[in-house]
Amino acid sequence: MLKLSSIIAAGLAVGLSFSATAGTLEDVKKRGMLSCGVSSGLAGFSQKDEKGAWSGLDVDVCRAVAAAVLGDESKVQYKPLTAKERFTALQSGEVDLLSRNTTWTHTRDTSLGLNFAGVNYYDGQGFMVSKKLGVKSAMELDGASACIQAGTTTELNMADYFRANGMKYTAVTFDTSDLTRQGFESGRCDVLTSDQSQLYAIRIGLKDPSSAMVLPEVISKEPLGPVVSQGDDAWFNIVRWSMFALIEAEFLGVNSANVDKMKAEGKPGQKRLLGTEGDAGEKLGLSADWAYNIVKQVGNYGESFERNVGMGSPLKIARGLNAQWNQGGILYSPPVR
Amino acid sequence: MSKEHMPEVRPVKSGSFFNNPRNRALIYQAILLFGLGFFFYTIVSNALSNMEARGIKSGFGFLFTTSGFDILMSLVDYSATDTYGRTFLVGLLNTILVSIIGIFLATIVGFLMGVAYFSPNWLIKRLSIVYVETFRNIPLLLQVFFWYFAVLAALPDVRDSISFGESVFLNVRGLFFPEIIDEAGSGFVYAALAAAIVAIIVLRKWAHKRQDETGDQFPVFLTSIGILIGLPLLALIVSGNPFHLEYPEASRFNIRGGISVIPELMALTLALTVYTGAFIAEAVRAGVQSVPHGQTEAARSIGLKESRIMSLIVVPQAMRVIVPLLNSEYQSLVKNSTLATAIGYPDLFTVFVGTSLNQTGQAIEIVFMTMAVYFVINMTISFLMNRVNDSVALAERK
Ligand SMILES: N[C@@H](CCC(=O)N[C@@H](CS)C(=O)NCC(=O)O)C(=O)O
Repeated sequence: MLKLSSIIAAGLAVGLSFSATAGTLEDVKKRGMLSCGVSSGLAGFSQKDEKGAWSGLDVDVCRAVAAAVLGDESKVQYKPLTAKERFTALQSGEVDLLSRNTTWTHTRDTSLGLNFAGVNYYDGQGFMVSKKLGVKSAMELDGASACIQAGTTTELNMADYFRANGMKYTAVTFDTSDLTRQGFESGRCDVLTSDQSQLYAIRIGLKDPSSAMVLPEVISKEPLGPVVSQGDDAWFNIVRWSMFALIEAEFLGVNSANVDKMKAEGKPGQKRLLGTEGDAGEKLGLSADWAYNIVKQVGNYGESFERNVGMGSPLKIARGLNAQWNQGGILYSPPVR
Repeated sequence: MSKEHMPEVRPVKSGSFFNNPRNRALIYQAILLFGLGFFFYTIVSNALSNMEARGIKSGFGFLFTTSGFDILMSLVDYSATDTYGRTFLVGLLNTILVSIIGIFLATIVGFLMGVAYFSPNWLIKRLSIVYVETFRNIPLLLQVFFWYFAVLAALPDVRDSISFGESVFLNVRGLFFPEIIDEAGSGFVYAALAAAIVAIIVLRKWAHKRQDETGDQFPVFLTSIGILIGLPLLALIVSGNPFHLEYPEASRFNIRGGISVIPELMALTLALTVYTGAFIAEAVRAGVQSVPHGQTEAARSIGLKESRIMSLIVVPQAMRVIVPLLNSEYQSLVKNSTLATAIGYPDLFTVFVGTSLNQTGQAIEIVFMTMAVYFVINMTISFLMNRVNDSVALAERK
């Protein structure tokens, strides 16, 4: 019962500490390690290879923060968390940062003692069905059974959508995405519903990916982003700007290949980001080369996207909403100045 | 321990108040109580103020807000527009359901397997030994997964269900069978059923008394069955069968109508039954072995039939050993039922500590309520089993 113990730990931590702890930055530096909560295995977002190395779009946020704070993207201790475990893990201080396809919602932002540092993937909920059902639209799903992961916004959107359209369904809820996938494959449910990006990730994990298809409907807004505990503004800023640095680097045309050149002889904006001009790093309590380290070691957002979920990956997700704002998407970093 | 064994406390006439051991004990208790109270008060008030400082919501107000999610199975009406308070109830009832079924079946399996150990038949005895040794030593979680993923998930798809006479269906989504729907006048049949049960109880009492007085035996069992079937059947005929059956039917996606038993419930019940049954079998074996062989021999010597020796002489004495063990097995079963969460059976742990906690973030309140529930359930079991224990205890000479 790992979960119960972390809840009790959270309770005790909150109950016994006499002052709310700030100073995550110091803790991380002292430890020399960033503790980062990721999903327990989701292709393209956070997955572990045979050698135990983690990769993915969400993992890259952890790496970026480690690069900015510790100067080394590999100094991360990954904690795989299910949807149900993630918030208690953050509240109890088990992880410094949660980067696990977590939707930014009003309730989570206002009542869990957490802060969303931004959005690193704009998503929406969709449906995956077996092709042999012959279903072409979600509106044909009246009476279906749906496999859902517990403790997600998915559960709530599903109820809303079916109610709004006067349809009925049976909710078959599982703890992990593996179990949810197995439920779908064994025929326990007709449809698997989740954020669309995760549907693509789960689909390529099926025994026969071509037997299933994703329906066209997108029924919700799912802005996914990194989360930190409330009450440590300095740490919040570091996480938020590490993520922005990924996005801003792409916007400014800085990537892992040209970063050294840009640092030395780039335009003013590029130099400011990379620490040759201004004091952006110092203002965050970090070294001047914080963003240089991010781009050098992790790449910019575009590189990370293509490598993990885009055309350079088995998922082949188009940039869509997640393109820069001047490229038809809504990705937008405030200026570094 | 009765009072007589305790040293008598003589009232102290002279001497101080504090020299009185009884007063002193009271004072120590009071100090301890106060200390404990202070300890918990500090923890709770610290937790509350720290939670507020960190922006974590607290309080029980969430129990009255809309939950917004659906639950796979509910014994009461429930929909996403109901409150978190209702999700608590739904989860609680599902926990109670699986616990009661589990305890009932595990007891039957356990007793059969426990007695089978003493069978003169080599095969039956082996079966009992293998059963106990296998299932007691495999972690319960693995057994839950085994039934769910290896056995039940291998059943055919909804669209090729195994059907029995087009009225009972079995597939990967569960077991579906017709539901009996009451019509006007059905109360009469239920009344007849109740009357039959009362009649049987009276009959048993009467037969016992008669046997005590005259030594004559009466075929209670057969008569009871006769009454139990006969009386309601008669009512059914007289009232012109005030029931109809609602058959499950295949619809586009699912099988609808009738009663369905979801595979999560089946898997969990099977796992709990088989696992706890193995422990109960051990308890029964220990109980039977605790009855001195002399008892059996004495029973034989007064000419009791072999079959009655077990039920009249051995088992009643074995119960003194078995019942306290059963008590703890039943309590474990209830606690083990939280493994439901591994396969998504919507018990209290899954629904409340799982989903509701995650959607509201109110960990402390929810965990506290859930712990209280398991505590109360287990105290109730303990209370009931102690009553049973009293009734099987050796009648002491007064
Ligand atoms: N974005 C949604 C859903 C996130 C989620 O947990 N999705 C599942 C998809 S099935 C997942 O990623 N599971 C991976 C895991 O449990 O490790 C939320 O924040 O509630």
